[in-house]
Amino acid sequence: MNPLFLIIVPLVGAALAALWPDNRTRPWFLPGIGLAHVGMTFWLFINPPVVAPDAWLGFDPLARAVLPGVSLLFLVCAAYGVTYLRIRSERPNRVFVASLLTILGLLSAGHQARHLGLLWITTEAVTLASVPLLHFNGTPRAFEATWKYLLVGGTGIALSLLGSFCLGYASLHGGGVGDLTFTALTAQGAALSRPWVLTAWVLLLVGYGTKMGLAPMHTWKPDAYGEAPGIVGAILAGGVTTVAFTAILRVRAVIAASGAGAMADHTLLVIGLFSMLVAALFLLGTRDYKRMLAYSSVEHMGILCVGAALGAAGVAAALFHVWSNALTKGSLFLSAGNIRRAAGSPLMDDVRGMAVLTPRSAALFVAGMFAVTACPPFGPFFSELLVVRAGLAAGHGLAIAIFLACLLLAFFGLTRVVFGIVDGRPRPATKANSKNFVETAGVVMPPLLLLGLSLWLGLFTPAILREAWSAAVAQLFPNP
Amino acid sequence: MNGMNGTLNLVIGLAMGLNLIALGSSRLPTLIRAMSLQGVLLGVMPLLMEHERLDWRIIVVALATMVGKGVVIPGLLRRAMRAANIEREIEPFIGFVPSLLLGAGGTIAAMALARALPLLPEHAGMLLVPGSLASILTGFILLIGRAKAISQVCGYLILENGIYLFGLLLIHSTPLLVESGILLDVTVGVFIIGIIVDRIQRAFDSLDTRKLTTLRE
Repeated sequence: MNPLFLIIVPLVGAALAALWPDNRTRPWFLPGIGLAHVGMTFWLFINPPVVAPDAWLGFDPLARAVLPGVSLLFLVCAAYGVTYLRIRSERPNRVFVASLLTILGLLSAGHQARHLGLLWITTEAVTLASVPLLHFNGTPRAFEATWKYLLVGGTGIALSLLGSFCLGYASLHGGGVGDLTFTALTAQGAALSRPWVLTAWVLLLVGYGTKMGLAPMHTWKPDAYGEAPGIVGAILAGGVTTVAFTAILRVRAVIAASGAGAMADHTLLVIGLFSMLVAALFLLGTRDYKRMLAYSSVEHMGILCVGAALGAAGVAAALFHVWSNALTKGSLFLSAGNIRRAAGSPLMDDVRGMAVLTPRSAALFVAGMFAVTACPPFGPFFSELLVVRAGLAAGHGLAIAIFLACLLLAFFGLTRVVFGIVDGRPRPATKANSKNFVETAGVVMPPLLLLGLSLWLGLFTPAILREAWSAAVAQLFPNP
Repeated sequence: MNGMNGTLNLVIGLAMGLNLIALGSSRLPTLIRAMSLQGVLLGVMPLLMEHERLDWRIIVVALATMVGKGVVIPGLLRRAMRAANIEREIEPFIGFVPSLLLGAGGTIAAMALARALPLLPEHAGMLLVPGSLASILTGFILLIGRAKAISQVCGYLILENGIYLFGLLLIHSTPLLVESGILLDVTVGVFIIGIIVDRIQRAFDSLDTRKLTTLRE
């Protein structure tokens, strides 16, 4: 099967959804296309195609190691989306559904992009396609968040374009003919002009790091995740950020081939730990449980960077963490969305006793909180354990100590907020508001399913998945 | 070749001068005009660089740049400006004289910094790299230092112009598909920014980004 279908099918679906006249039946496009996408991705996952080295686009080992997880997350969120959009039937969903499907198509393109320019075009397009999702609620707060997202995200993306040009010029200066596929750049290796490679790395790390939400470029994240519907947060945190992460992994491989790998790993380690620290400190202070999830996402992006800095074993752990973070965070965003809808406020000062009002969502929220703070036996525990192991094996004792301290602080911050809203006796205003929200299977099953997948990933990591991660590591580290 | 390089450097110099006009002006129409003129100059540059072996794709890129950056985008911004009924940027975060001084200092620093980076022989003696860095810096000053949404968008576009200048170094090696993709993304981006500007205007009854301060820790 042609991997191009992964891109074309969602984009055609988006076009059809945009033309579909009926607001009530349109959301069904989401699970329909999502299911087809999961089917195709897993078919390719089991029967990986041979990718020509000079191909601009292909289902290569790195795409194979990440894309199925994103696809799975999208499908579960899409199923949630049908119920969510039925609850929100007062708002037109034409642009919302079309944008979500466009994002799925562009994410498939971004994960499969093997060309520097193509990678930039797709990540930029994903950013633009997510804009209409952020202001779905149409409130002034939502527009404020969207504006910040556009300015910060736009600047980050501009810098990554400049970085791509610098890397292109490094190749040209080193005698290249202007072939900007990652294969050609890696093959040029030490011939790449050193000053340009270093400039390119800084710019690309800042640019794609903004997209990932690494501190100090994370400022758009709390606003965007705080104001957007839970389903959007789940897809942004688990899907859109991963495309920026794989971009950084692909670029890092080129930098390492040019001989500056140690420098790249060092910067990744520092920016990763810094993101974790900033996120942990903000988690101790925030009073908004949706913004809390954004800071937790910043923390997990930091964990991915720390993993990526620790050589082959670390990258394998980071790829594992991409999956466990996407599934667990997805579950948290969806259950937080339910609680927000029932409670009518995102602030822990107004919301208490949700265990009484929305018992199922509250239970999922608490369980998801334990999963995301790396309590065994959920996925994040095992992936973070592998990061710690890789760090100790590489002799980064101090970095791992900081890593663990940040995890502990984040745990305190998250439990403080989560138990604050779940425990206690509900206020009369919250009680009255929650009457409008019914915990049907449509809003409870998707987060439960995601949490179950995270648990399954931790307890019984399938051998084929481990093999896919090792294959991706072999692609990124050709000469171990 | 040398004569052509001289003409090219003159055009880049003009574009750098427009940066300073953009920084020092308090009136939005002047800012938009400086930005659109810079866009037209950017469109001329690939023609100057490649005048010996002009082919259709360079002409297409040049024309698309001139029309997009010089006419379409400024037109959108002027419409937004009229709808919001604002002519002036009053009380910027960074004053006009300090912005101008920062911009001038930044231009000098860009010249010095560009020397540290090695260039291919055919690019030596061109002002592309310092011009690019100076425009990027100007864009940043406007993004950070202005309060009105339209001024910030102009800053963002001048930043993009700087990156475009840098991209001219790679004019032979970037395939048309990539160039058109980049151009498409930028255009769609500005279009979306335009829509959001319009919505902010309706939701807040103002384009003053200082009113966008509800979301904070």
